[in-house]
Amino acid sequence: MRVVAADLACERSGRPVFRNLSFTVAGGEGLVLTGRNGAGKSSLLMMLAGQIVPAAGRLAVEDAPAEKTLPELAHYIGHRDALKPSLTPLESLGFWQAMLGHAARAPQEALERLGLGHAGDLPCAYLSAGQRRRLALARLLVSSRPVWLLDEPTAALDAASQRLFDALVDEHLAAGGLAIAATHVPLGFRTATRLAIGGTP
Amino acid sequence: MSALGALLSRELKLAVRIGGGGAMGLVFFLMLVTIVPFAIGPDLNLLSRIGPAILWIAAALATLLGLDRLFQADAEDGSLDLIMMGEAPLELVVVVKAFAHWLTTGLPLALAAPLFGLLLALPTEALASVTATLLVGTPALTFIGTVGAALTASLRRGGLVLSILVLPLMVPVLIFGVSASNAATGGTIPFLTPFLVLCGLTLFSLVLGAFGAAGALRAGQG
Repeated sequence: MRVVAADLACERSGRPVFRNLSFTVAGGEGLVLTGRNGAGKSSLLMMLAGQIVPAAGRLAVEDAPAEKTLPELAHYIGHRDALKPSLTPLESLGFWQAMLGHAARAPQEALERLGLGHAGDLPCAYLSAGQRRRLALARLLVSSRPVWLLDEPTAALDAASQRLFDALVDEHLAAGGLAIAATHVPLGFRTATRLAIGGTP
Repeated sequence: MSALGALLSRELKLAVRIGGGGAMGLVFFLMLVTIVPFAIGPDLNLLSRIGPAILWIAAALATLLGLDRLFQADAEDGSLDLIMMGEAPLELVVVVKAFAHWLTTGLPLALAAPLFGLLLALPTEALASVTATLLVGTPALTFIGTVGAALTASLRRGGLVLSILVLPLMVPVLIFGVSASNAATGGTIPFLTPFLVLCGLTLFSLVLGAFGAAGALRAGQG
């Protein structure tokens, strides 16, 4: 399958953010979005996740399994971790697994992969920023969706966790998945094209 | 459908755990009902005549109290965006969230009404009829409020706007709820007439709440 964007334009509350953005990402490929603050990297990812409607242009997913829309095929890791302080990591992951569908790994297994196996029954309120981020990333593993939309995925992660995350993305790409990530730090994906988003502030 | 089951169990867990505010509606209801006899004075006939109305007003206000957080809490931490990317239809998600809210707010109010009715010197027949009308009518209050909660999901202090939007729409439910409760203790109309209208209002607001709130949440994006 392929994600195709043609001449995309984005407006937030009437102000143009970017214009004439075109790219194609096929299965097994990664796309890294770069650009200064406010260039529209997050807006583009939110647009891909179905949270913003494009002001112009076309956004399509071709050869999709079972005629699904892009938001139904995508995982979205945003700035906000979507965690409830009173739920435990295992409860959160179990909920997202049921909600997002296509169960892949068991919640406990995903936690262990991200080095949180010991914290499964601790309420999320007690997790550190890096642990919360790793828990949000564990969502990628409990439910199998081909498109990963990652907005600053390695924020608050230590060096070891960043390498672990790069390995996860490489596995995902090797299995034929897609990843589109916005970042300021160099991500270590093996195969990634770069797309610079520019424009006037 | 397991996604909706998981959502229901998550909503109930969040409501009963620390910071969830599941018991807030019930406590507010109790405060209103206990303070009214002190304000009105020891006139038992007057109290028992206006008792059903007081219970209904307290139920409507108690329902409104927690409603502003129904979608706002999920909108703030990003959960709502992910829920909308899920496979469950948004209309059913709305119904499940509203149902969970009713289970922790409306249902306890209705079950506590016979007890609280004693504070208002209600006769036995009136206790039964108020409980029955609250049991049938509080879902209508919740589902009507769901539309307002969806419209104000992204507002930081949406509770005030929500109340102004929703309270006028709750008036018909209030009218038929109170008149059915009063019909049991005398009067010219039979109990069943306003009671069946109340049932109809609940079914109507179920549909209105599901489609109205889902539409409002979709329009709120972008």
